[in-house]
Amino acid sequence: MKKSVFLGALTVAGLAAGASAAATLDDVKARGTLNCGVSTGLTGFSAPDANGVWQGFDVAFCRALAAAVLGDPNAVEFVPTTGQTRFTALSSNEIDVLARNTTWTFSRDNDLKFEFAGVNYYDGQGFIVPRELGVASAMELDGATVCIQTGTTTELNLADFFRVNDMEYEPVPIETNAEAQQQYLAGACDAYTTDASGLAATRATFENPEDHVILPEIISKEPLGPLVRHGDPEWGDIVRWTLQALIAAEEYGVTSANIEQMASEAGDNAEVNRLLGTEGELGAMIGLDSDWAQRAIAAGGNYGEIFENNIGESSPVGLARGLNAQYSNGGLIYALPFR
Amino acid sequence: MSDTHAQTVPFVRESMLPEQEPPLTEKGVVKWIRENMLSSWLNVILTILSVIVIYLVLAEILPWFLNSVWDARSLSECREVFLVIGSPEGGGACWAVLQERWVQLIYGFYPSDLYWRPNLALILFFVAVAPVLYADRFPSWMLWFTAIYPFFMPWLLWGGAFWVPILVIAGLAVGYLAFVIGSRLAGPLLGGLLAIAAAVLWWLFAVPALNDGIHRIVAEARMDTVIAETEEDLAEIPVQIDELEARRAVLIEEVEALEAVKAEAFAPISEAVEAARESAIAAFYEEAGLDPETDEISRRMREEAREAGTHAAVMATRTGERIEARERFLAAVDRLTELRLEIGEINGDLNLLSDARSQASNLLTSIRRLEEQQDRIGVLQGQAAGLRSEVPEDLRHIIDPQFAPADAPSEGVAALRTYREAQAELDTLNNAVEDTYKAAGSIGLRPVESRDFGGFMLALIIGLSGIILSLPLGILLALGRQSDLFIINKVSVAFIEIIRGVPLIVWLFTAQLLLNYFLPPGTNFDLLLRVIIMVTLFASAYIAEVVRGGLAALPTGQYEAADALGLDYGKSMRLVVLPQALKISIPGIVNTFIGLFKDTTLVVFIGLLDPIGLSNTIRASTEWNGIYWELFVFIGLLFFICCFSMGRYSLSLEKKLTREHR
Amino acid sequence: MQQDNLRRTGGRHNGDQGETSKMSVMTDPPPERFRLSQLIYDSRYRSLTIQVVAMVLLVLALSWLVSNTIQNLAALGKDFNFGFLTQSAGYDINQRLIPYDNQMSHGRAALVGILNTILVAFLGCVTATIIGTIAGVLRLSKNWIVGRLMTVYVEAFRNVPLLLWIILIFAIVNESMPHPRDFGSGDVPMVFGSIAITRQGTWIPAPVFENLSGALFIVFAASLVAIALYRRWARKRQEATGQISPVFWVSLGLFVLPTVIAYFLLGMPVSLDYPEPGRFRFDGGLLIRNSLIALWLALSLYTGAFIAEIVRGGILAISKGQSEAAYALGLRPNRTMNLVILPQAMRVIVPPLISQFLNLTKNSSLAIAVGYMDARATLGGITINQTGRELEGMLLLGLFYLVLSLVISAVMNVYNNRVKLKER
Repeated sequence: MKKSVFLGALTVAGLAAGASAAATLDDVKARGTLNCGVSTGLTGFSAPDANGVWQGFDVAFCRALAAAVLGDPNAVEFVPTTGQTRFTALSSNEIDVLARNTTWTFSRDNDLKFEFAGVNYYDGQGFIVPRELGVASAMELDGATVCIQTGTTTELNLADFFRVNDMEYEPVPIETNAEAQQQYLAGACDAYTTDASGLAATRATFENPEDHVILPEIISKEPLGPLVRHGDPEWGDIVRWTLQALIAAEEYGVTSANIEQMASEAGDNAEVNRLLGTEGELGAMIGLDSDWAQRAIAAGGNYGEIFENNIGESSPVGLARGLNAQYSNGGLIYALPFR
Repeated sequence: MSDTHAQTVPFVRESMLPEQEPPLTEKGVVKWIRENMLSSWLNVILTILSVIVIYLVLAEILPWFLNSVWDARSLSECREVFLVIGSPEGGGACWAVLQERWVQLIYGFYPSDLYWRPNLALILFFVAVAPVLYADRFPSWMLWFTAIYPFFMPWLLWGGAFWVPILVIAGLAVGYLAFVIGSRLAGPLLGGLLAIAAAVLWWLFAVPALNDGIHRIVAEARMDTVIAETEEDLAEIPVQIDELEARRAVLIEEVEALEAVKAEAFAPISEAVEAARESAIAAFYEEAGLDPETDEISRRMREEAREAGTHAAVMATRTGERIEARERFLAAVDRLTELRLEIGEINGDLNLLSDARSQASNLLTSIRRLEEQQDRIGVLQGQAAGLRSEVPEDLRHIIDPQFAPADAPSEGVAALRTYREAQAELDTLNNAVEDTYKAAGSIGLRPVESRDFGGFMLALIIGLSGIILSLPLGILLALGRQSDLFIINKVSVAFIEIIRGVPLIVWLFTAQLLLNYFLPPGTNFDLLLRVIIMVTLFASAYIAEVVRGGLAALPTGQYEAADALGLDYGKSMRLVVLPQALKISIPGIVNTFIGLFKDTTLVVFIGLLDPIGLSNTIRASTEWNGIYWELFVFIGLLFFICCFSMGRYSLSLEKKLTREHR
Repeated sequence: MQQDNLRRTGGRHNGDQGETSKMSVMTDPPPERFRLSQLIYDSRYRSLTIQVVAMVLLVLALSWLVSNTIQNLAALGKDFNFGFLTQSAGYDINQRLIPYDNQMSHGRAALVGILNTILVAFLGCVTATIIGTIAGVLRLSKNWIVGRLMTVYVEAFRNVPLLLWIILIFAIVNESMPHPRDFGSGDVPMVFGSIAITRQGTWIPAPVFENLSGALFIVFAASLVAIALYRRWARKRQEATGQISPVFWVSLGLFVLPTVIAYFLLGMPVSLDYPEPGRFRFDGGLLIRNSLIALWLALSLYTGAFIAEIVRGGILAISKGQSEAAYALGLRPNRTMNLVILPQAMRVIVPPLISQFLNLTKNSSLAIAVGYMDARATLGGITINQTGRELEGMLLLGLFYLVLSLVISAVMNVYNNRVKLKER
């Protein structure tokens, strides 16, 4: 609200100088909106529609978080960030949480001073090549030209992969996914490498998808997840447990359709009861009310629903659950106990 | 002459001979072509080359333009349409993306019910610059509007209470008053300094305080009405939402029915096309004596085969029995596109309504919490002094207890922590209360967040505010660069050269990555504002050079005449030199603006959604992933129209000025 | 410059007036005693006061910024050091003028980027000048169709953002060229049998220098020196005797012949490594990447449009009387151009040309749009992103561009002073 007036903002900013850095949760509550950093555009993960309403997998998490904290899934300001600007936006308080398919790495966690709140998508870097190339494995790419998106871990992984396997390659660094896709289709490179989810999403929109193959090798681990600043563990906990609540909801069969009925009274499953606040006081422990998880789940459904609606097999992106299935289905998604 | 003729020539014709037709090569089109295009061998070569270039360009572009599709809901539907109408592979342009997204490319995410505000701002901008650009055609009193417009425009765009621009403009009056009083008491120089100091103090401290105060007074006076109105809104919005949702449901039903029609019409065509394509490709390979499964086939070969297949497919759509299916298909797509746009509009309205609902309910909750918060503020304020006195004196200045010296007593640090925590809570509460009053006590325009700005509007706003705000600074820098005062001169030169020596993109990254380092800890204001500040600094260096050119172009006599009249430096600049120098600088300023306007596209690299940034996000949506030229052609065309017309204006003004100076 | 001097003297007169009027009453000047108010009212001290105040304000502002920065860095737990430059970079760069691999340091990567920036800026300046000159002259041509075509070119490039042109030209270059794999199957022939223009770049034969090639370089350098000496001698001779020596042909001969003769005498020490179609692309040869070509082309065409306008303006600025006078003196057209028109036009053309060169250099930072690894992309892009050292990285990057701009303008100013109208 304060920044709504141009000159007012300037003066207020001057005055706010020296004000102590309050806890993020208080800031968000006082502001009434959550500032959520997302990608400027990544098919299935975050993109605005014709009305300027952001849609996607990462976006849905922001909405769930806003619902949990502020009680309103619409109380989110989406801040588009590029690979280059995302970390500064977070460390300079411009955003409260970064949900921009960011890989959880040691140096980002420690050297860049961020705290990852969990993994919402297990990804890995893969390659896509034209079928006519006759390449069946990434090991056959010696001497190929490879398009990569800059500003990510991708370029480092690629360098490592080719060095370890003693192969030559020609990197073609490109700024955005949309542009890289265009270059790949135009034949400016023999292969395009990015996270496998991105490859599948990209391939789905090609004119002739069957002319392109995604190679079987996954050359890196890319655990993607939301992250917050170091030094505010309370806020980190809220983000972490909102994500866990969505995952747990899938595990226990709580969906956006049945949540109202399930939350109306305590049921047989004590874990669900604690999750939905019909039993115990878990919400109070992280500074929220008892319905927080219920609202988060109601915002866009549980983890499985969010996945299915935005990037799953029934969506145009058409990703299989794979590693991102619940552990009970052979995946890696595993909710921490609500106790 | 005629006398000698009269004597030597026995017969003089008395009537004029009728004019003869000039030879064919010396008249009409032929002559024109001969003279203008084929006058020498070099010209012949150039003409032929030009014709070839034009032909090549048109041969590439024209079919693409002529084969375009306007009605479709996604790129893949565009491709279906191309297939159905039997257009060559790749088809032509898929302008459907513009039909859906052109509004977004122009206004970004600005609320659709408020488009009148940027529109009005632009129209008023033309009104404001008219007396400057066409000084001879508009009355000079319009300059007053020009002077207040820069304060008025942000209010129109960002919204807020109506008294904010008035308070800000009042800063000018305060400055002037200080100048008058100061120069009476201590001379013009001190008066000037005093004026600047007074205005800055007014803007920095008085405006926010007064603004908060007025909001609070208005809020308290209107509290009951505000609550009643908000409650009424809250009651009304669900009704409207239900209405819209009902309408949408009807439309969606129609969509589903049409989808079936479309699929049914598409099936025979796509089957026929697929069959024709496959048999053509097979025939192609057979002719070449190759087996596509086993033989190594070159890329080119494969492409040729595909082309042959496509050709066959195109022919397949042209046979009689598919014409009717094609008509049905196209009609369905047309209607579906219409429906999609309509549903999109409804979704947009729903979105606005749900935003309004969240805002209204937020407002109500915060009003209800107001009393409790104020009580808590009272309590905390009462405690604050006591808590502070408990902190050891040498620790009191430390803001973050984390940075307390390691050897400080632990109970002291604990006290510091309690004190700082209480203060943080107090700050948060104060902010919350202030925000509530702001929301409840604002009479004026609905506020719009900077983040909703985008598209072409964003480029215009950054470009225009950069130029307008940089004018005063640029003029000062130009004067500084001309000044005899050593330090001022060197500082101005250094500033100008440093800014001009480093590319704008580096400055923009500085605004994005570094500006927060340079400001006091805890300060944070939005990216757009930071970009505007950086662009203003950037433009001021360029404006300074333009104005310096204007100052240098002024005849020395003008400076001397001003001195001879006994005017001091300020007066001679204000009354004699600058008015003339600025007038000759206008074309240069307009050119700088054109350059800056084009350069605003660089903000895409720091994540602002200007037209090019939006083209990326549009391509990230599942519907339009893969679309390319259409968006860039549209963006380029918009820029071209703006820059070309401004360039023409500056050119004509330049000509006029040189005429006047002769 | 002149105006400044005049104004300065004018100012001094103004200041002296007070004393002159006192002199006229013939009273002794009151004993000089410094009063504090003189700092403001006395023009002798006033300028000093203003400067001191300005200085103090400036120092205050700078120290405010620095102290804020220190506090902010401390709050983020970061420090200010350039140690990251020696850390291993870990990323690859496709175009490198000096040896580099991903195990080398960030500093080395920055240097690779810096050289790439300089390369594209240099190439761009040269071609932009050529394109601009041709377009500027052709725009004045009487040939209607050529004139119009040039107008369309100039207006289209001047009025659409460079970023858009870079993106579009990159796409055009990529989509209109044959694929490298088309060469392997022999579907597309190479130009001159040795140059392959593809959508990944253009492969040209690479020169391979053998043992004695050093001698060849010495011969070549010597012939350059000889050309310079000959030209000097020819000019002196012309000034002394009025006889004109054939400069162009002799220079050309000196340029080519000794090197060629030496080449064969030394047993052809430089051979060419021809590109051969390989598995994915070409093996051997020298690859000029499409990112470089597109950026180079876009920068040249964009800046060329501006230079065309400058050249046109320069030529139009020379009044017709000049060429008529030259013809009246009996000068032939090419001499008229070389001796009369061009020297005068250059005076008008060079100063704005300098700023166009500077613009081109700065605009080369848009290389990011086509993935050309310039200083912005290595030092200011990947390095900052991987190390989180935005303050240090941006500082270095800004400094590099500043130094580059200053060097270019210094060099060009030397040239400008040579062609400038000598005022005597």
